[in-house]
Amino acid sequence: MLLKIEKRPEPARSMVYVTPLLALLLTILTSMALFTFLGVNPLEALENFFILPVNNQYGATELIVKATPLILCAIGLSVGFRANVWNIGAEGQLTLGAIFGGGVFVYFHDVDSVFLLPIMILMGAIGGALWAAIPAFLKTRFNANEILTSLMLVYVAILILSLLVHGPWRDPDGFNFPESRTFSESATMPILMEGTRLHMGTILALLAVFGTWIMLSKSLIGFQVKVIGAAPKAGSYAGFSQKKIIWFCLLFGGAMAGLAGVSEVSGPVGQLLPSISPGYGFTAIIVAFLGRLHPVGIILAGLLMALTYLGGETAQINLGLPVAVTGVFQGMVLFYLLACDVLVNYRFRMAGFSKVAS
Amino acid sequence: MSEFDWIVPVILTVITAATPLVFAGIGELVTEKSGVLNLGVEGMMVVGAVAAFVTATLTQNYFLAVAVAALAGAFMAFLFGILTLSLMANQVATGLALTLFGVGLSALIGQDFVGTPVDAIAKLDIPVLTDLPVIGPILFGQDPLVYLSLVMVAGVSWFLYRTKAGLVLRAVGDSHDAAHSIGYSVIGIRYLAVMFGGAMSGIGGAYLSLAYTPMWAENMTAGRGWIALALIVFATWKPGLVLVGAYMFGGITILQLHAQAAGLDLPSQILSMLPYLATVIVLVLISKDESRIRKHAPACIGKIFHPAA
Repeated sequence: MLLKIEKRPEPARSMVYVTPLLALLLTILTSMALFTFLGVNPLEALENFFILPVNNQYGATELIVKATPLILCAIGLSVGFRANVWNIGAEGQLTLGAIFGGGVFVYFHDVDSVFLLPIMILMGAIGGALWAAIPAFLKTRFNANEILTSLMLVYVAILILSLLVHGPWRDPDGFNFPESRTFSESATMPILMEGTRLHMGTILALLAVFGTWIMLSKSLIGFQVKVIGAAPKAGSYAGFSQKKIIWFCLLFGGAMAGLAGVSEVSGPVGQLLPSISPGYGFTAIIVAFLGRLHPVGIILAGLLMALTYLGGETAQINLGLPVAVTGVFQGMVLFYLLACDVLVNYRFRMAGFSKVAS
Repeated sequence: MSEFDWIVPVILTVITAATPLVFAGIGELVTEKSGVLNLGVEGMMVVGAVAAFVTATLTQNYFLAVAVAALAGAFMAFLFGILTLSLMANQVATGLALTLFGVGLSALIGQDFVGTPVDAIAKLDIPVLTDLPVIGPILFGQDPLVYLSLVMVAGVSWFLYRTKAGLVLRAVGDSHDAAHSIGYSVIGIRYLAVMFGGAMSGIGGAYLSLAYTPMWAENMTAGRGWIALALIVFATWKPGLVLVGAYMFGGITILQLHAQAAGLDLPSQILSMLPYLATVIVLVLISKDESRIRKHAPACIGKIFHPAA
């Protein structure tokens, strides 16, 4: 082979920041080919995907509305991914957050109190954390793979929500539609900007990001998470408990996803429905990786993935592109990112040539 | 014999529900035996399902449809191979990416085919034999893919444990450095194993969209790829047990249909949860014996191989 892949003595720091951009560029180029194949002018498609949705104030706020649950879920997942705890069930934890938070309203819908919403938010986080506690327990007690258990529980969670809104939690005045009562004002996230859907959940997300940043950089548990992830053996020599980290990562990830769930149903959705998320919990996996598991990166990646949702809708309305393009685009970004990441730890060298600067 | 009339349809539905899992499970087993963990089974299955469905709708040629599904699955697996084997990306993350990408891609390909019906794959109909009571429809009245799935299980079992190539594949999975140092192409063998896994997942998907429920719907695999992954742990990486496990899960899936018919008054959602809950329970029961898992799992599973390192 002429082209050799050689391990770098140290991971290239610059590449950590270059590869997400490179991945994005490759994704855009590939999408342009895809758009051409689908019979759409690629430049026009790009404009519809990335510019038109956000070239006005309402669009820009919608972007933030969509990014909020993505960022919340991703910030929770990122802590686990750092410690090699592969919680991929954020979608289910989000759903349980919505059920716990929304359930508070269903049973106390006639209560008009300033405490209603805070209790709902708290219950949402607890619901998500409890759902994530199941894989944590099964992993630490029975060694069951958390990837598979957390994913199976996504399907169970969505079925529980469906069961509730088709049955006991159905709106008694709702003409038998499978949906709960519409949330009252005291159960709804306050709107931050008149005339938009921008709501307080975004503040929660920013607080979560900031808090996670502090936790990772300043606290002992944050340090343990990083050590166990980077060098599990060093972690166990230092006496860090692997089980404690697994519990922490899953509970934290679950609580964040639960917050995302309650912030959706008491925000833009406004009631419990059989389907409350277009797969935010799964897209958040992409957000976490694209953001390099770093709080600031996650905000940027969350905004970008939110844009693909909006862009998909705009392109569907204006150009008749199938909305599924969004999913392809999202999957492609992660693919290219993982491929480009080879540049972080390895370098390419032409065999037979003298050493070149890397 | 009239009181046993219900047995035959139950067994037949168990077989149809189990067959996609048999294909996906046996394919992924070979992949994992070579030391690669491909979590993208769900993505490869769903792409296989849409590829088969579209081909069948356009050409009416079911043989071609299954072949296209196998190729599509193998192609997806090839992408996984490029990332994890050549570019040394993390296998867990790449497998997730493959699933997310596959779900999106299949939705895009299949969007014009949602709701169009196709005929289910024809079942075998041998004069006299198929008409035999009870054993006739079960042994001689299946569609060709059911027989193929059984042949694949037997074939993989024979290949892994009775052939030299199978021994090499297992060696690559258990100690890639040793296999490399005696001159075997670790990466090459893994590419083949990964692509075989992809082809089988693709056929498993094809079975869903052509036989189990002859139609296309977004996300129609509904987690079966993940259940197949759990099956392999359940089977402690033994081909025969993959088959047993798949039929067990087929039985659980069918339970929901027949419980309702039997007048069991449970909401449909509770019954639909059963396969997922059963997967979790089975995983727990098997995994709690950590030493048993460690003894049977390929030693290099999920580890990156880089010869220069």
